Amino acid sequence: MKKNKNSSVKNSMPRREFIKNSSLFTGGLLMASSFLSPAYANKVKNDKKLKLAVIGCGGRGTGAVSQALIADKNVELVAMADAFEDRLTDSYNNLNEMFGGAQINVKPTHKFVGFGSYKKAIDEADVVILATPPGFRPQHFEYAVAQGKHVFMEKPVATDVAGIKKVMAATEVAKHKNLNVVVGLQRHYQRSYLEAYKRIKRGAIGDIVSGQVYWNSGGVWVRPRKDNMTEMEYQMRNWYYFNWLCGDHILEQHIHNIDVANWFIGEYPTTAQGMGGREVRNGKDHGQIFDHHFVEFTYPSGAVISSQCRHQPNCMNRVDEVFQGTEGSSYTKSNESELKSYKKGVIYKHQGEDDVNPYQQEHNRLFAAIRQEHEVINDADNGAKSTMTAILGRMATYTGKQVTWDEAMQSNLTLVPDEDSMTFDVKAPVMPDEQGNYPVPVPGKSKLA
Amino acid sequence: MLVGFSLAVQKVVAQENLGSHDSSESNFKPYTQNIKNQNFSIEMVPVKGGSFIIGSAKEDAKDPAETPAHKVKVNDFWMSKYEITWQQYDAFVFGEFGSEQFQATEKLAAMGIDAVTGATTPYVEMSFGMGKETHPAVNVTHYAAMQYSRWMTAKTGVFHRLPTEAEWEYACKKGQTDTLDDLSSVAWHSGNTQDKYAKVGQKAANSLGLHDMLGNVSEWVMDQYSKDFYANSPQDNPLNKPTKLYPRVVRGGSWKDDITRQNCTSRQGSTSKWKKRDPQIPKSNWWLTNAPFVGFRLVVPTQQPTPEQMQEYWLKAIKDFGR
Repeated sequence: MKKNKNSSVKNSMPRREFIKNSSLFTGGLLMASSFLSPAYANKVKNDKKLKLAVIGCGGRGTGAVSQALIADKNVELVAMADAFEDRLTDSYNNLNEMFGGAQINVKPTHKFVGFGSYKKAIDEADVVILATPPGFRPQHFEYAVAQGKHVFMEKPVATDVAGIKKVMAATEVAKHKNLNVVVGLQRHYQRSYLEAYKRIKRGAIGDIVSGQVYWNSGGVWVRPRKDNMTEMEYQMRNWYYFNWLCGDHILEQHIHNIDVANWFIGEYPTTAQGMGGREVRNGKDHGQIFDHHFVEFTYPSGAVISSQCRHQPNCMNRVDEVFQGTEGSSYTKSNESELKSYKKGVIYKHQGEDDVNPYQQEHNRLFAAIRQEHEVINDADNGAKSTMTAILGRMATYTGKQVTWDEAMQSNLTLVPDEDSMTFDVKAPVMPDEQGNYPVPVPGKSKLA
Repeated sequence: MLVGFSLAVQKVVAQENLGSHDSSESNFKPYTQNIKNQNFSIEMVPVKGGSFIIGSAKEDAKDPAETPAHKVKVNDFWMSKYEITWQQYDAFVFGEFGSEQFQATEKLAAMGIDAVTGATTPYVEMSFGMGKETHPAVNVTHYAAMQYSRWMTAKTGVFHRLPTEAEWEYACKKGQTDTLDDLSSVAWHSGNTQDKYAKVGQKAANSLGLHDMLGNVSEWVMDQYSKDFYANSPQDNPLNKPTKLYPRVVRGGSWKDDITRQNCTSRQGSTSKWKKRDPQIPKSNWWLTNAPFVGFRLVVPTQQPTPEQMQEYWLKAIKDFGR
């Protein structure tokens, strides 16, 4: 396949309406997510105590707090917010036990429970961790940036197009304010991937023309309905299976591998088409999401990526990425990577068992950037666009149609209500039928939005 | 802390539970354990107990933890012929847990088992793409392996547990596993694999009929790892009962280890690094994220313990903060 960088830029033009910041593009290639900043207005001295708040106190939010506190000893957790009191209490108790009380200074009045509690916790902090189910992320990110906070936010950063636009707009505000934003696509902080990326950018395997990215596993947790739960509480507890909260596993989980394709190719796709459904995991507690998706993403350069994700037990398991370039191929998986030249065989191999934990490295880098004067990290652009890529794939499998990036963006698909208007008693965005089954997308019938 | 903990030498609790587990001379032979509502079985091999020298003679020892070599006694037990496979383990992870899936409720109550729960499903893919089905289950915590034993007990009505470190070494040595000239005929190690484990049972069995005791995946045993345990160990069915999460003992070497680690005496302790990439707090009770070389096999002692003693073997979870 002949790759023409000029034509790739031309092809990508329509997307610029949505990408806005065309300065990120250099001959069709993306620049790294951290950049030199002309102003350092937000830089804080090393001896300043930084106040941390966590929004979303599940296992991952709690883990991210621990990584932040380990990254920088002069950080103190001062506020917590969660929709559920029991989750917040467990998280607080675990952190207190883990740190023996050190760096944990959350007054009882700074534990905020319920919908809308994010604002109060964010107000108390210099740095915030956003780790709720992804549907809420855009609203939390928008508020945190408006208040001038540095952010660590988990992936994905939205579940719908309206959310993506909100994150993109807030990203511009964050750049303007020189706020640091790290997104939990931790492969960007993992040495095996960084080393492979560096060599691919130098041309070690030529231009990438195709690839296969996988997250095929047995599936994740289910939290069954309990007596006395309102519909809203049930969905919030069992959030993985509801699209407005989770976005389906092609987004919530497989985003990692799709994001690697975007990163290594240096572009975002213009079209997607694919197929999917639910064959095995199709009970009432499995809500609306599919248990498999297979998508072809086509990039401006002409590269085509096959993406497959499956949540079915007893099938072949695989979570990794393979790319074919004009001169060689790459393989990346967890802490390993390998580059091969078609002519010379293996040209680079990385076995990174002792590499720094990428989840820790995210926070090491975030707090170093907040304290140092040379760098502002802002992963939010890529976070939003890789999230959008997975949403594009989901739209293709749900509708059974070929979907372009532009159509997807224009659909303005909106799944998530305004959190500030929500309570546990309001009608949930999706409701079960009389038998307790939820509407599942039907290819050929489901619409884009 | 060292805690001697003698294996139960109690009279069998409930005769009807035992079925083929009569250990009389005529019945102490290999058997196939079927598992209720599952389409797989587990092959068990008898290991006649006795006395043996555990550890390495000082002049042979590569690691002082293997010394002093000393005489200990273990009772009779059956040991699974193969390492527990993904097919066998995933039935516990992804299975159904209604009471109809297990032995009768009254029968289980008599064994001190009320509810049975499974492992949480892992967020990441745990075979690391090395193969599932009849490949050995890996990245399983010590706690999870013990809870699998409990699940197997509830499925079969027969008490299952991990081997003690002494039982494991006894089965390895009695089976003459590491005295062969060509260890590669019995063990998958870093010199004869392509950076991954193999399906169980591809290499020759030891003389007891046990496959993959050395190599393929390292195997959890019951004990807390303590480098000076051998200096203090009781003589009769020794067990260093775990009281801390780390380190606990794995045995036998794996596909990651070179041939010098494939022997019956090498002892390895677990570390919190085996959960390095678990991003949550607390870290999972059920899954390791960095130990695609650790699996396990089960034993059934001929003398089944009391319900109270069974609980002691299955242990309780200890919260893991990774530090």
